[in-house]
Amino acid sequence: MRRVVITGAGTINPLGRSVPETFDAMRAGRCAIGPLELEGIERLSVRIGAQIAGYDPAARFSRSQLTLYDPFTQFALIAAAEAVAQAGDAALASDRAGVVLGTSGGGLQTQDGNYRAVYEAGKDRVPPLVVPRLMANAAASHLSMTYGIRGPVSTVSTACASSNHAMGQALALIRAGQADVMLTGGSEAMLCFGGIKAWEGLRVMARDTCRPFSADRTGLVQGEGAAVFVFEERERALARGAKVLAEVAGFAATSDAGDILAPDPDGAARAMRGALADAGLAPEEVGYVNAHGTGTAANDRSETAAIRAVFGAHADRLRVSATKSMHGHLIGAAGAVELLACLMALNAGVIAPTVNYRVPDPDCDLDVVPNAAVEASVEAVLSNAFAFGGLNAVLALRQG
Amino acid sequence: MTVQDRVIAILADQALLDPSDVTLDDTLESLGLDSMGLVETIFAIEEAFDITVPFNANAPQESGFDVSSVRSIVAAVQDLATQRA
Repeated sequence: MRRVVITGAGTINPLGRSVPETFDAMRAGRCAIGPLELEGIERLSVRIGAQIAGYDPAARFSRSQLTLYDPFTQFALIAAAEAVAQAGDAALASDRAGVVLGTSGGGLQTQDGNYRAVYEAGKDRVPPLVVPRLMANAAASHLSMTYGIRGPVSTVSTACASSNHAMGQALALIRAGQADVMLTGGSEAMLCFGGIKAWEGLRVMARDTCRPFSADRTGLVQGEGAAVFVFEERERALARGAKVLAEVAGFAATSDAGDILAPDPDGAARAMRGALADAGLAPEEVGYVNAHGTGTAANDRSETAAIRAVFGAHADRLRVSATKSMHGHLIGAAGAVELLACLMALNAGVIAPTVNYRVPDPDCDLDVVPNAAVEASVEAVLSNAFAFGGLNAVLALRQG
Repeated sequence: MTVQDRVIAILADQALLDPSDVTLDDTLESLGLDSMGLVETIFAIEEAFDITVPFNANAPQESGFDVSSVRSIVAAVQDLATQRA
């Protein structure tokens, strides 16, 4: 079977404007959650989030580009530029290159702003390019246009699992020979009035900050940003002398077929087992699991039970951290940004911590790497993503 | 309608029961309301009384809104409605 490796990584997220900045922040255990600044904040009860502080679109894009680029497209383009620079121009020089990105909200800020204009301000006219700016495939299409990528290009939307499902598809396309190289990952820009108001309704949002696995957690905190990777067929990457960041060894997706919101540990466990089997990994070979770890009571307990079910006694030797405690929940980009923590574990031997951790919870009794990064030599990792709708998607990486 | 009657009507509607079948001693469990039913109920109460109910599904017991019985919910809504008035 054709094997797949990562030859480029890029990001913009609340922890940093690049992969090195993000690694530094994760190593330092920095939390990017703070007071939200956005239009209409006075009518929101949720007032904290992880924003990309000081982000200035005009510094990165021309006025004509911004007419077309919703923030989720901007984030994807910024992340991709770093990933492509690392992989080298030769990486994408093929008709057999593609893009598959995850997003949940797509161009939500474009929708929100234009609904505000027509409903609240009573305007009868919107700008001409609202539709191509808000469509969920806008980011993927602009990556395709920017880099001349002419093979399979698409978008996956499975709420909080979007980018893991997207990266799983990229892996499958390359393995199956339908593409030799893929830009993949996810992008999300949901921090606007409507994007937060909808989440308020669920009453699962944290009051103070995000404290995954800590007994005093009060829920999740939203973030924004993107991470994009170059996935490449291994022989091709080696032949052109590319630096290999990791092997994408396996993937599995399962569905709970149960509740629309409540997670089922069995569905999560089946996805983790499936990813291990697909990668040909024994549970004991895994040293780190990047948890979905949202900081809700329901997720954290269910995920702990699932990890224990999959890893048995080895669960007590695993490092399991929830980096959402630092960068917030990037929803459709969550798995992509969290894959960076996996790369740091594999390549630098540093496990990103679960910050804001205060009180042990007997229902979440794994080594969650509380508050401070630790050094550990890790051969293989899992990255979990579990979405509303009962959809579970798990990636397995090993050293390349 | 009193606050009690209105809260019972909302709970009955969510539980697909007749209001006369809901007593003050009933609990969410006895009414067959799950966590999603509770969140929907709280939304309906907020809309009906124009109040904000402090409720977090992650830590229900620390929310300051006692949902242990129909009686406690009615009392909590009465408090919130009084504070508002």
